Amino acid sequence: MTIESNLQLSYPMPGGGRLKFSFQLSLPGRGITAVTGPSGAGKTTLLRCLAGLERSTGRLSVNGRLWQDDHFFLPTHRRPLGYVFQEARLFPHLTVSQNLAYGTKRGTRRRGGGGAASLDLSHFLTILGINHLLERRPENLSGGERQRVALARALAAGPEVLLLDEPLAALDQSRKEEIMPYLESLRELTLPVIYVSHARDEIERLADTLVTLAGPGCPAQVNSAQSLGLQHGHGPQGKEAVAA
Amino acid sequence: MLTSEDLSAIRLSVELATTTTCFTLLLGAPLAWWLSRGETWGRRFFGAVVTMPMVLPPTVLGFYLLVFLGPNGPLGRLFGALGLRLLPFTFSGLVVASVIFTLPFVVQPLQNAFEALGESPLEAAATLGAGPVDAFMTVILPQARPAFLTAAVMGFAHTIGEFGVVLMIGGNIPEVTRVLSMQIYVYVEGLEYGRAHVLAAGLVVFSIATMLALQFLKPEREKPKRGRP
Repeated sequence: MTIESNLQLSYPMPGGGRLKFSFQLSLPGRGITAVTGPSGAGKTTLLRCLAGLERSTGRLSVNGRLWQDDHFFLPTHRRPLGYVFQEARLFPHLTVSQNLAYGTKRGTRRRGGGGAASLDLSHFLTILGINHLLERRPENLSGGERQRVALARALAAGPEVLLLDEPLAALDQSRKEEIMPYLESLRELTLPVIYVSHARDEIERLADTLVTLAGPGCPAQVNSAQSLGLQHGHGPQGKEAVAA
Repeated sequence: MLTSEDLSAIRLSVELATTTTCFTLLLGAPLAWWLSRGETWGRRFFGAVVTMPMVLPPTVLGFYLLVFLGPNGPLGRLFGALGLRLLPFTFSGLVVASVIFTLPFVVQPLQNAFEALGESPLEAAATLGAGPVDAFMTVILPQARPAFLTAAVMGFAHTIGEFGVVLMIGGNIPEVTRVLSMQIYVYVEGLEYGRAHVLAAGLVVFSIATMLALQFLKPEREKPKRGRP
């Protein structure tokens, strides 16, 4: 299970103009791949392009199935992915269990042939510790609880790849500490996890593979991301951040 | 206290308002949705066209509809060619005029609600496998329910109050197009102030009730949430 990507992304910069960069990478089929870099480097844009929430040119295939190329674009709702937003984005008119069911009902239609592991939802609900929250509405949850529910909801849809966009950014330190173990347990999933963050401590604890994007500042092409760091279990332990 | 003409006028007004409200909601919801999705040239143009009746004098709108739908107008000739009865001076003509005139009052609250919801819920729904129509029905509509009620109340109340458009296109024909506002006018013209009072006072009560209803439908102000920070 892998992600093969060769994307050209562009997005508007605060001072005007557009920042273009290429992302050419093969990512492993399991474990947590952290995408890091300074603010404005395009980390969130990259994630959104992988999800199809934003357009980019180039080729992207996941688990052998084409998600986009120059002649084809699979829309977001057909991509078997899970996405955790920074602000959770739970549906306020539904209870927690209804939010979870939202993904389960629709997620199965998306899967291609590529043997995505069907996750044992009840197992994960227990791991994420949200069983007691099922009948609550999102407005009655703390920030940390909301993110855990958002994570459970994304997983409930049976994704083949999980994308997380700075999920801890909106939380205070104690809530972050509370959620970290749950995020670490994502390593045990049989699907790739892409985790965007600029926080060093999160990267150090979570990353099996590290992708560093160069910062903005140069107009026109900023070159490919470098994938460094070490795959979990191979070679010397320790994760290196690459200064761009 | 109410004559049979009064009852007939009330019946016509209620029928007109109900029919208009249904049609404007059916047309207005997709239109408001489309308008809320961005600021392209096309959207700005259609937005202006849809809301134009808000500033156009009602008699002007009524007049041009009369011309357009009449025997010498483009639509009128089409109707004639198809063997259909012409719309002016019929209840159906009233509905057409009323829908055009009331549409902006229904589209606006809906468009505002859709814009307030923004892209976020739709993106979240898409990542969970919901296509655009699915996302609209299951995520946007339920959250826009207060706006729909407001739009319905506005549409209904606005239609009840119509005069100029209805007079022009309807011709004030008793039992057919003489709605409530017309009946009051007829009484005043005939110096039957007593009868006019009965209907007018009734409309005042109705208007106050409508405004009260809208107050209850306003979105709640931020109450302290029960969740922990």
